[in-house]
Amino acid sequence: MGSQKWQILIESGWCKSCGICVAFCPVKAIVLNVEGKAMAAKEGRCTGCTLCERLCPDLAIQIQSLEATA
Amino acid sequence: MKPQEYIRKRFFPHLWCAGCGHGTVLNALLRSVDELEISKEDIVMVSGIGCSARMAGYADFHTMHTLHGRALAFATGVKMSRPELQLLVPMGDGDALAIGGNHFLHAARRNIDMTAIILNNRIYGMTGGQFSPLSGAGISATTAPWTSIDPAFDAMKLAQAAGASFAARTTTFHVHELQKYFTRAIQHKGFSVVEVFSQCPTYFGRKNKAGEAPEMLQTFKDSTAKLGSKQLEENPQLIPRGIFVEQEKREYGEAYAQLCEQAREQRSPKRRYGKEAPRC
Repeated sequence: MGSQKWQILIESGWCKSCGICVAFCPVKAIVLNVEGKAMAAKEGRCTGCTLCERLCPDLAIQIQSLEATA
Repeated sequence: MKPQEYIRKRFFPHLWCAGCGHGTVLNALLRSVDELEISKEDIVMVSGIGCSARMAGYADFHTMHTLHGRALAFATGVKMSRPELQLLVPMGDGDALAIGGNHFLHAARRNIDMTAIILNNRIYGMTGGQFSPLSGAGISATTAPWTSIDPAFDAMKLAQAAGASFAARTTTFHVHELQKYFTRAIQHKGFSVVEVFSQCPTYFGRKNKAGEAPEMLQTFKDSTAKLGSKQLEENPQLIPRGIFVEQEKREYGEAYAQLCEQAREQRSPKRRYGKEAPRC
């Protein structure tokens, strides 16, 4: 995953499975897992637009730049 | 910094339903506070009663959870005694314009420096889905099984007519716009109103077959248009979003301070008795 630039951090305990992040992610990087919780499935696709973390009504998503920490 | 730095994490996950837009409003508001670099100690959040009012429990500022509809009255008291503090007043549609309608009108008339946020989900969610003055005709609610015949208030027209010097409307779909309007409203000196269309999938959504949260957000996108846009001109039935009023006007607290100063000068014992004036 050398090309991955962003990390999608999800606080599963706060997620209420509303599906907003899944519906509005422009690159479909997030899916709901078997428990119905948001899960980063294709982090490599993430463009860091932060739409999911802004839309999330549960404040459960944070997008972190991998470049800044590297 | 992330909005998670401004919340009381011990109360999370919050009690709002899955997909409720109020969390998105809180999210944008905290981003705006962070953008403005206002210290947590300088903010007072005052709320009334209802789903929206729970926001005061989650934000890590000075907070007051007060009476139904009376948040603006309590906030007025705080602002008059501590004018240096920044007041944020989140209210629901019913809290702001039904139960607290009178307080809303008079806070706007005085143009007192605070930010009133109307989280408009067009229903009373906490008490079981009754219709509110912002539901509008044709809306289904537990108290309107055959749909409501009451026309809705236009919160923007109401705010302007009552004297608010800043009024803006947006939705929980337009998250960037939401943060921008909060920032503008907080910076504005005077009574600022930000109306946010917020989805209630549990009551409004179910009663009106409006779908789950993502569908309701899509509806916000499709049924609104920016003020002054070509889209709005071509489809006047769309609901306008944008800044409806932004004007400079005498602020209540400043006027009060001036009046105090004037009274102190005219009635000072020094003038009357040749002694030093006591502080009022």
